[in-house]
Amino acid sequence: MNCEDAKPLIDSFADGELDLVNHVQVEAHLDECLACDHTYRNTTALKNALAGEELYFKAPVELRTRIRSSLHEAAEESFWRGLLKWRWMPTMAAAAIAVITLFSALTIFRPSANPEDQLTNEMVSAHVRSLMLDHDTDVISTDQHTVKPWFEGKLDFSPPVVDLAPQGFSLIGGRLDYLGGRPVAALVYQRRQHLINVFIYPAQDKHNESGASTRHGFNIIHWTKNGMTFWAVSDLNAGELQGFTQLLQNS
Amino acid sequence: MNRSEFEEVFLPHLDAAYNLARWLTRDPTDADDVVQESFMRAFRFFNGFHGGDSRAWLLKIVRNTCYTWLRKNRPSEIVYELDEDRHESVTGDPEAVLQENIDKQFLRKLLDKLPPAHREIIVLRDLEGLSYKEISSVTDLPLGTVMSRLARARKRLQSDASATQTGVLG
Repeated sequence: MNCEDAKPLIDSFADGELDLVNHVQVEAHLDECLACDHTYRNTTALKNALAGEELYFKAPVELRTRIRSSLHEAAEESFWRGLLKWRWMPTMAAAAIAVITLFSALTIFRPSANPEDQLTNEMVSAHVRSLMLDHDTDVISTDQHTVKPWFEGKLDFSPPVVDLAPQGFSLIGGRLDYLGGRPVAALVYQRRQHLINVFIYPAQDKHNESGASTRHGFNIIHWTKNGMTFWAVSDLNAGELQGFTQLLQNS
Repeated sequence: MNRSEFEEVFLPHLDAAYNLARWLTRDPTDADDVVQESFMRAFRFFNGFHGGDSRAWLLKIVRNTCYTWLRKNRPSEIVYELDEDRHESVTGDPEAVLQENIDKQFLRKLLDKLPPAHREIIVLRDLEGLSYKEISSVTDLPLGTVMSRLARARKRLQSDASATQTGVLG
């Protein structure tokens, strides 16, 4: 190998990047050529001078912190973007359906702390509905002997129907309703401008349950007598409603 | 696209990234910004990294980000004459051997003055210690060009040194 061939290879030789054949040949040439050896030693000296720590810029500590926090933000962002990608759509849809189903189930089958509370709410709702829809009666009669037979064939029980007009509670009529999972008889009485709904159905159990409560400004009194459960609902004051139910119970 | 996995693979190369960016931008604040942006890019393109030389992969992004940044902010700096095809003006070898105890601040100034193409190849090889093959993959240059450009860059640095400060040469 002569100088012309060796010169372009000296840097690669110094870097140890030559293939074995060229390496050996350059090495042999340096042994016998002072000028090329001089170049080689210059290259090596420069390499060594450059390799020191003095010229190397180490990253500031703050930069590492900054990058890590940026990566953290980017990762969160890409997580949410990733969720919105189309390939996640079936999963998203399934998740949405699951959530909706769960909520529906909670709403529909929400276990009530007290079944009586639930029934009371239903009674109030039925009362309000009857006022709103202007559908308080299916059979309009002040005559108990007209109202009572009207229920026959419509219900599997015969509700007691009494007129309390002499005591100030006039029977207006009756209608059918559906409450607590069964058809019930509804009798409508009037006291001045106040309507009273009396819901009647066969008692579910042997207990003579009774009670009084107030919901949304309505008074509710319920009792059981002769195997029938009665619910009286009205915006009439509690005292008068209590009197009304006493009259019904004593009749 | 796992962040901790990414950090585990690439954060160890933060110094390498910073060193290259610092030498190419020649400004600490600019280097900070370029490196930060490079890491964000690397994180976005992480799916395109299929193992292998993670340092070279990251440095390639840093280098590209640097040049994009230079083109935008200091376009005059990258308009330089690549002397690959120019007839080498420095024909004679320096008589004396460059001393290894050369003043490092002086050497730093000389390296700083080299055109970016020469500066970066010396930084990648002599400061960072990449192999020619790694340099080739970082710079997208053929191996032969890496070899000849590195030789020219060093020669230029040596002749600059001898021309500027005779005291450097023993």
